Amino acid sequence: MTRIRNFTLAAVAATLLSGTALAETAVKIGVLNDRSGVYADLSGEGSVVAAQMAVEDFKAAEKGITVEIVSADHQNKPDVASTIARQWYDQDGVDVIVDVPTSSAALAVNDITREKNKVFINSGAGTADLTGPQCSPNTVHWTYDTWALAHGTGSAMVEAGHKKWFFLTADYAFGQALERDTTAVVEAAGGEVVGTVRHPFPGSDFSSFLLQAQSSGADVIGLANAGGDTINSIKQASEFGITQGGQAIAGLLVFLTDIHALGLETAQGLVLTESFYWDLNDGTREWSKRFAERHDGDMPTMVQAGVYAGVLHYLKAVEATGGKDATAVLAKMKEMPTDDPLFGKGTIREDGRKVHDMYLFRVKTPDQSQGPWDYYEQVATIPADQAFRPLNEGNCPLVK
Amino acid sequence: MFELLGIPPQALFGQLLLGLINGSFYALLSLGLAIIFGLLNIINFTHGAQYMMGAFVAWMLLNYLGINYWAALILAPVIVGITGVIIERLLISRLYHLDHLYGLLLTFGLALIIQGLFRNEYGISGLPYQIPSQLSGGMNLGFMFLPNYRGWVVAASLVACLATWFVIEKTRLGAYLRAATENPTLVGAFGINVPRLITLTYGFGVALAAFAGVLAAPIYSVNPNMGADLIIVVFAVVVIGGMGSILGSIVTGFGLGLIEGLTRVFYPEGSAVVIFVIMAIVLLVKPAGLFGRTV
Amino acid sequence: MAAETQNARTQVAAPALTPPASMMGMPRHHLLIFLGLLALGLIGPFVLYPVFLMKVMCFALFACAFNLLLGYGGLLSFGHAAYFGSASYVSAYAAKAWGLTPELAILLGTATAAVLGLVFGALAIRRQGIYFAMVTLAFAQMVYFFSVQAPFTGGEDGIQSVPRGHLFGLIDLGPDRSLYFLVLAVTFFGLLLIYRIIHSPFGQVLKAIRDNEPRSISLGYRTNQYKLAVFVLSATLAGLAGATKALVFQLASLTDVYWTMSGEVVLMTLLGGMGTVFGPIVGAAVVVTMQNYLATFGAWVTIIQGVIFVVSVLLFREGIIGVLGRWLKKPL
Repeated sequence: MTRIRNFTLAAVAATLLSGTALAETAVKIGVLNDRSGVYADLSGEGSVVAAQMAVEDFKAAEKGITVEIVSADHQNKPDVASTIARQWYDQDGVDVIVDVPTSSAALAVNDITREKNKVFINSGAGTADLTGPQCSPNTVHWTYDTWALAHGTGSAMVEAGHKKWFFLTADYAFGQALERDTTAVVEAAGGEVVGTVRHPFPGSDFSSFLLQAQSSGADVIGLANAGGDTINSIKQASEFGITQGGQAIAGLLVFLTDIHALGLETAQGLVLTESFYWDLNDGTREWSKRFAERHDGDMPTMVQAGVYAGVLHYLKAVEATGGKDATAVLAKMKEMPTDDPLFGKGTIREDGRKVHDMYLFRVKTPDQSQGPWDYYEQVATIPADQAFRPLNEGNCPLVK
Repeated sequence: MFELLGIPPQALFGQLLLGLINGSFYALLSLGLAIIFGLLNIINFTHGAQYMMGAFVAWMLLNYLGINYWAALILAPVIVGITGVIIERLLISRLYHLDHLYGLLLTFGLALIIQGLFRNEYGISGLPYQIPSQLSGGMNLGFMFLPNYRGWVVAASLVACLATWFVIEKTRLGAYLRAATENPTLVGAFGINVPRLITLTYGFGVALAAFAGVLAAPIYSVNPNMGADLIIVVFAVVVIGGMGSILGSIVTGFGLGLIEGLTRVFYPEGSAVVIFVIMAIVLLVKPAGLFGRTV
Repeated sequence: MAAETQNARTQVAAPALTPPASMMGMPRHHLLIFLGLLALGLIGPFVLYPVFLMKVMCFALFACAFNLLLGYGGLLSFGHAAYFGSASYVSAYAAKAWGLTPELAILLGTATAAVLGLVFGALAIRRQGIYFAMVTLAFAQMVYFFSVQAPFTGGEDGIQSVPRGHLFGLIDLGPDRSLYFLVLAVTFFGLLLIYRIIHSPFGQVLKAIRDNEPRSISLGYRTNQYKLAVFVLSATLAGLAGATKALVFQLASLTDVYWTMSGEVVLMTLLGGMGTVFGPIVGAAVVVTMQNYLATFGAWVTIIQGVIFVVSVLLFREGIIGVLGRWLKKPL
């Protein structure tokens, strides 16, 4: 008897709730990222957790929006990413794809999303082309890009007196773009580039290139590479006594999980730019604590935070438009200001760039660190209006 | 300060020394390949995976059993060598009556399985392996700062290569081996157990690869793909040297490491392909390889 | 002089070696299989996901081209990704940067593969057997490194959003179904061409060289010329497959030139049955389907591929179609 009554009550409640909200909308979110490779730690399963938390925190079910989350591994390859994205849109009824680290894979998903008129909220990839020449009305680039990192780290290092730069660049499109952007910043700030060496990608042995950097007389060695290459070059730099010799190392694309893998002994003193750190304020701490409980105690990276905030904002737009029509939802997302505990208040520009503050961090020494995941000390805040490439400089065809 | 072709001599010597370090890995791996090929007539495509296994076994010994680097340097090759013996007995030995290409395909498949299993278990982001404390730090040679560990790698692989050469060329066991390479039937007729000789040879070649893997573990991060790309370069080294001579593969390995180091100084962008270009030239001029006999 | 006598000899040999002919010199059961495949190809897009079918067809052509070299020339190339991938890059670049129509882009990509095949082939056939495999692998790795560094390939990004364009400037290939029929036509053209090559006098000489090279030399054949010719043909057709694939996925990437791609095509051929006409098609279909369904399981695809290699080599060297052909007592 009681069971039946409970059941009826629940059914009535559900009818009432859905009655108060708009018509029932079913949304399918695809989390597409690296689940086995070098970016698995900074995106991977953690991004799926972040997306689930966004759905729960938004209380989607109470608002008449049923959300299903699917996920897949793109192995950091553009061809795999494009095959999955095509199939998700064509066959599986996915409405929005989120995350997608690795620039090449992100650009592939960017194209297909535009072709199929769906929604793409990128958090994991760095390429500034997503909101530049390749910009799309269907794409929102949430967390960071190479321009923002180059500007944050580059200008801060030059201001700190590191004027002579030597670049260790991964010899492919992404590395070269990072080097180019940083060079521009360094020179504009009054520094100079004394040398560059291109290493094969992916590389395992950087010793000979580090040796050249060491003998170049530069103040700072800029690492225009990513993932395992960055980790290995930092490790080998410490092996060859480069930092002890007085040269600084600037990682242009380093994530919290990279520091975790390197350990503070090796990574201490590294200067880097990120848009999120779990220990920024009460809002980030509260959320990160809940995240860690569900993700084996690992703290979130900025990429995972971006997935959370992006999904939250998307769901708000779905609620506001009362449906999931991509064009309407995208227009709403760009019209509404964004607001979440992780990135604070922000906006999405017409080129798809999400704009918020960026932060410059220095990696703590083992003595400064209070415990696990206590890695960064905040050096500066880069205000939102300076953090990202000005709208008119990106060559985005959507910007008139 | 005098310069050589616009390159300061410090940089030049530094790079040559680093080339020698790479060369020691080439030499160890191509030596193992050459020994296996000599007796079994197969190209061991699993060699890269076995090199990776050496590094992983060292990592596991340290992290699961607390066994340090020095013990791992002996234990890991033995363990991987035993897996090699099992593989030879169970699988490879069934193919000796067939075209040698099947051996290549079989070992390629085995390499895929081994790499895939390690990838599933440990991901591909790489596991750290600390340099043993006795060899941390480095010394200033005047022209460069040489980390002690890298110096050790060159020394250890030179010793391992020369010891192998000595065993094969100067001992009775080596004499059997060389004889069996020339004419297995005849050697069998003299009462020597040729199949066992073959099995042990495969195990030994594999152990050499694992030894190189343990040496590499502290330098490169330990990851399932560490052998996959390296082995293709080693194939090119083997083609350049020709598989006829033990000493030949050692000399070619170290030599090509040096040439690669030089390329890094003068034309860094070409350092990834220089060995393949040399291979093409050698094929044009001396198809059998520098130390090889025409097959 | 020598070439003339050689030609004369092959022509003499030809009628005796060609199997009893029905249409196009094809035995009836082969004709039936071709018609069956064509019917499947025509119905396919209305039943299954067209992009998936196009992928199967591109890889089937690739595997058949590879089989021409391995199954009939007896040469194991471990670097066929070089021709597949470079054609894919060139046709993608031509369609995107130069705005060439799809048929010209495909032709240009195919021609690139042919030239590359000529250069690498001429060097590689200087060594035999295992060395040949290693040399081709090393050359392919060189192409891979070149593709990583060269500016026009886009490095890691590959060449993306390649326009499918208008066939002959007229027919819009944007919709999957219209492109599908172009891919079907290209694949069938390739398959029939390979079939003709295998059953031509040239093909008969190839088989003779495969089975006993010294004997063929003593019979007066310049075996190296034959080997080079079949190498170039195989590379060219692999290029045709790669160029078409670039249009289907609108993407050319490093995966196309990496050694795993070379390994996959060996696997398809081995599994389907090397030296059979239809084996590689079946092998390609099985492998592509498996990759599709297991894509979410990470490294398991690699492991299963490895297991198939080991099992095929140890127990199943004739491949699926080889075994089937033995049961039916008809060469397939």
